[in-house]
Amino acid sequence: MPILKLERVTMRFGGLIAVNELELAIEPGQLYGLIGPNGAGKTTVFNVITGVYTPSSGEIYFEKAAIGGERCGKITRRGIARTFQNIRLFGEMTVLDNVKVAFDCRQATTLSTAMLRTPAHRAEENRVDHESLEILKIFKLDKFAEERAKNLPYGSQRRLEIARAMATSPRLLLLDEPAAGMNPQESLELMDLIRWIRDKFGMSVLLVEHNMKVVMGICETVHVLDYGSTIAVGPPAQIQRDPKVIEAYLGGA
Amino acid sequence: MRAFLLGLAIAGVLLLANAAFVGSFGSALALPPYLLQIVCLAGINVILAVSLNLINGFTGQFSIGHAGFMAIGAYAASYFTVTFGGRLREAVGFLPEFGRESLVLLVGLSIGALLAAVAGFLVGVPSLRLRGDYLAIVTLGFGEIIRVIIQSLDAVGGARGFAGIPKLANFFWIYGFAALTILIVYRIVHSSFGRTLIAIREDEIAAEAMGVHTTRAKVISFVVSSAMAGVGGGLFAHYLMYIHPASFTFLKSFEIIIMIVIGGLGSISGSILGAVLFITLTEGLRQFAQYRMVLFSLLLIVIMIVRPQGILGHREFVTFLTRRRRPLGESPGTPEEA
Repeated sequence: MPILKLERVTMRFGGLIAVNELELAIEPGQLYGLIGPNGAGKTTVFNVITGVYTPSSGEIYFEKAAIGGERCGKITRRGIARTFQNIRLFGEMTVLDNVKVAFDCRQATTLSTAMLRTPAHRAEENRVDHESLEILKIFKLDKFAEERAKNLPYGSQRRLEIARAMATSPRLLLLDEPAAGMNPQESLELMDLIRWIRDKFGMSVLLVEHNMKVVMGICETVHVLDYGSTIAVGPPAQIQRDPKVIEAYLGGA
Repeated sequence: MRAFLLGLAIAGVLLLANAAFVGSFGSALALPPYLLQIVCLAGINVILAVSLNLINGFTGQFSIGHAGFMAIGAYAASYFTVTFGGRLREAVGFLPEFGRESLVLLVGLSIGALLAAVAGFLVGVPSLRLRGDYLAIVTLGFGEIIRVIIQSLDAVGGARGFAGIPKLANFFWIYGFAALTILIVYRIVHSSFGRTLIAIREDEIAAEAMGVHTTRAKVISFVVSSAMAGVGGGLFAHYLMYIHPASFTFLKSFEIIIMIVIGGLGSISGSILGAVLFITLTEGLRQFAQYRMVLFSLLLIVIMIVRPQGILGHREFVTFLTRRRRPLGESPGTPEEA
């Protein structure tokens, strides 16, 4: 039973078909890679899954529930979290607060308990503080906890994006080019980290990435898109030999 | 409990200060009426600025219709005290004079706050879907619509203005409500809800993607801000005893925006500073007569060139003093990776 299933999902922008009848199924605990040349529609797929766009046609199922067209925030609360290709941290907030915001989607406090500072509210705040720090430790960001997010080095900002997504306790994590702009050493560390969090928290991961070393290194299934259509799905070794994939990337003879 | 005692202490100090300023403890401590009026208007400005900062500074939604909500609060509260104040006063005749007056004022202010909140909700729900300039224009429009409607309501004097409002507000009430406004905004900003508001300011798309119900958070922030503007308007009316639709034009909204921009968007102490500075400057420059607004504009331009983020920026006064700008390399959490 796949955790996420896309059935004939199409996304049109006027006359442009960005995603064409996409079929995709991710099993629980799977590391699924989505690749394709620039403009293939990878980020659009992300935006359709996370509710930024409503699919023009087709349906999306997450844990059996149809989620196509639901609001972003609701889909996040269902258990899908994402990172952004162009980093979108809350720059002026501290690293710790960035993670705490993500926690709030599962928090029970309301405006009135916050105003009155009830003991329950304080206990909840302490718990969130504690758990957020735990997440920062996993991502080796705890030493920056009180630093403003915008002051972090680039690689750390990328890690904070993943940490923040993890704080919503997702069962499916969507990573949009997490290794973009990282040096080879950082990319290697990131691969280990992604694999480690998948094993530790047992979640599924959908990864969009241009860095083939990362994709081929950690993904169990690779899905290749070109002009919004699927051209190949399979294990990395098979994808690397697929003539259609080679043509899409290098151009036809 | 500690908060309750602190509240009592503040109320006591304000009552004593009020008595001293009006001359109950001898003329040495009394303030000249002109100065007292400026001090009181500064307090009302603090209420307006701090409440507007909740939506403009902390939530990052640029609203320029604050005067409209202030007008609703002012007119609703005044209409109550003028029309029903006498009856309420008789009904609670067993109370001492101070108690009766306070009750009438408090009920009037509550009605003003409630109506301003309702208006804030009605304006906020459709317009908070917009962003940036569009939101600013729509709120500006709504603010003017509110004023024009009031201007055509004969029950509250229409374009002649609303006169005969009892003088129920004084230094004590104005600064009491200013303290309450600061407390409410402080607690909102330093709560989980406040974190989500700041997250919306920083990046609305990312906030929504982190599961924040952004529309709900924005509307709540807008409604709370409007209600506090309504209280500010009610106090304004009951202090000056006369209100006129022309007091609540978009110029008033801009004045409040100037206060929070000077002080620093996203800083409570900055709003207080901005509100006090604004009235000090406008009154202090009175002696230069016709050059007054020229000098005032020049000062604003200088502030915007020297400190575009406002005097305090995003920081509060306390952290502004203790935590100076620190380059990343010198902070305790020094990044080790190259």
